[in-house]
Amino acid sequence: MSSNSLEIVGAPGLKRRAKILVAKIGLDGHDRGAKVIARALKEYGFEVVYIGIRQTPEMIAKAAVQEDVDIIGISIHSGAHMVLIPELIEHLKRLNAEDIKVIVGGIIPWEDAQRLKSMGVSEVFTPDTPIEVIVEKINKLLAGKNVEQK
Amino acid sequence: MSKNNIDTLLYRALNGDIRAISKLLTIIEFPADHDIETISSIMRNLMNRGGKAHIIGVTGSPGVGKSTLISKLISLFRDRNERVAVLSIDPSSPFTLGSFMGNRIRMQSHSLDPNVFIRSTATRGVTGGLSPSSVLLIEAFDGLGFDKIIIESVGVGQTDVDIINVSHTVINVLMPGAGDEIQAMKAGIMEIGDIYVVNKSDKPEADLVYRQLTEIIRSSKYKSKYGWVPKVVKVSSIMGHGISELGDIIDEHRKFLIDRGSFSDIIIHRRVYSVELILKYIIEEKIRKDLKKDGSDILDKVVSGNIDPYTASLTIYNKLAKTC
Ligand SMILES: Nc1nc2c(ncn2[C@@H]2O[C@H](COP(=O)(O)OP(=O)(O)O)[C@@H](O)[C@H]2O)c(=O)[nH]1
Ligand SMILES: [Mg+2]
Repeated sequence: MSSNSLEIVGAPGLKRRAKILVAKIGLDGHDRGAKVIARALKEYGFEVVYIGIRQTPEMIAKAAVQEDVDIIGISIHSGAHMVLIPELIEHLKRLNAEDIKVIVGGIIPWEDAQRLKSMGVSEVFTPDTPIEVIVEKINKLLAGKNVEQK
Repeated sequence: MSKNNIDTLLYRALNGDIRAISKLLTIIEFPADHDIETISSIMRNLMNRGGKAHIIGVTGSPGVGKSTLISKLISLFRDRNERVAVLSIDPSSPFTLGSFMGNRIRMQSHSLDPNVFIRSTATRGVTGGLSPSSVLLIEAFDGLGFDKIIIESVGVGQTDVDIINVSHTVINVLMPGAGDEIQAMKAGIMEIGDIYVVNKSDKPEADLVYRQLTEIIRSSKYKSKYGWVPKVVKVSSIMGHGISELGDIIDEHRKFLIDRGSFSDIIIHRRVYSVELILKYIIEEKIRKDLKKDGSDILDKVVSGNIDPYTASLTIYNKLAKTC
């Protein structure tokens, strides 16, 4: 342990784990689904910051930047995704944080999903996507980042 | 990181750029990702500026209303134009090391305020309590010029003790029906807090807890650090009742510490404590990783009764110390 780098300590607490912010964007109702996903991600070893319902794109972007997350997971069922998600991406750019990956889950038609992806969204999930699949895609997005994963 | 990059990052962070603040915090939180020179120059820069912030630790059982209360305190401090940082600490799962951090939900109304910075961190420790990096995050917020730094942590065991070590003012939050806490205080096994908040006082049963607490503090030698007699205050964080009274008590406590010179003693204590914490962490890690490997022959002899545990520990200690 004579090296002057803290890396040799290898202590779990000093090594970064993947951090994900989960939010429900817009005005649509309850947050059961989003919370279930957030809790499931914890079980997969992620550090999940959950900020709940009725979040505006700007609130989400600022929270994600303050938390320095790797990924933002958005749940949306209101149909307003073509308005709100581009706004979120715009706010991230404004904050110099377009490297934070955005994934979206909700009732989103295939064509919309393609358009969102062309705007910078990394993944779009339908409500029935199994958690294993979501985790697998998240891990792909994190590949190359220096973070601990399960 | 190059000196140039560090300087730019510090410059931007000191000018309130939230992305830069956040990146600085990440570097400090996860030192293993950087060379020691980078960490060192950032920390020294911030620590030379720090030592002014009022650190307020908020503890109490899950569900008593800590996050809701903190949100109200943020509003109170913001009304006086103070800059506020919140460090929210949640436990990590000992099995998956994952963490669900939900305190922000109750504070999101402040998320657009450029003078409020909220950061969630997980304990990540094997033993629980504050991780070394949490303590250094507080140090960083201080150096970045925040006037108030509020720490939220769940009050279980070790964490409580840790929060005393880093805070100027410890607020212990209770709620109606806090029978266990009251019993623990009567038995003298719970003695934490400069200020006791009975939250949810919109419920009638709050009066009982308030009276019991007041009585315990009056009838016993309950004194928190530096001779301050703990205060009890009834609050409804949801209704906003009692918040300004709580604010006055927080100010009074701060003034009390400053008048006695204790405010800066606590900062000295915090800095010494941060080193203790990091060293303990490193040594525990060393033991966890190398004991079975480097000490297996000696451990075998302890098992068979040929070496006593004292001698064994000393021998292993000397061996590990050499490789440190
Ligand atoms: N009736 C009442 N409920 C409250 C009060 N403060 C918080 N709560 C509720 O208590 C629950 C837990 O609050 P939270 O702030 O998350 O508690 P924490 O776990 O200690 O941070 C939430 O449902 C809050 O709405 C209060 O003053 N009165
Ligand atoms: Mg809380």
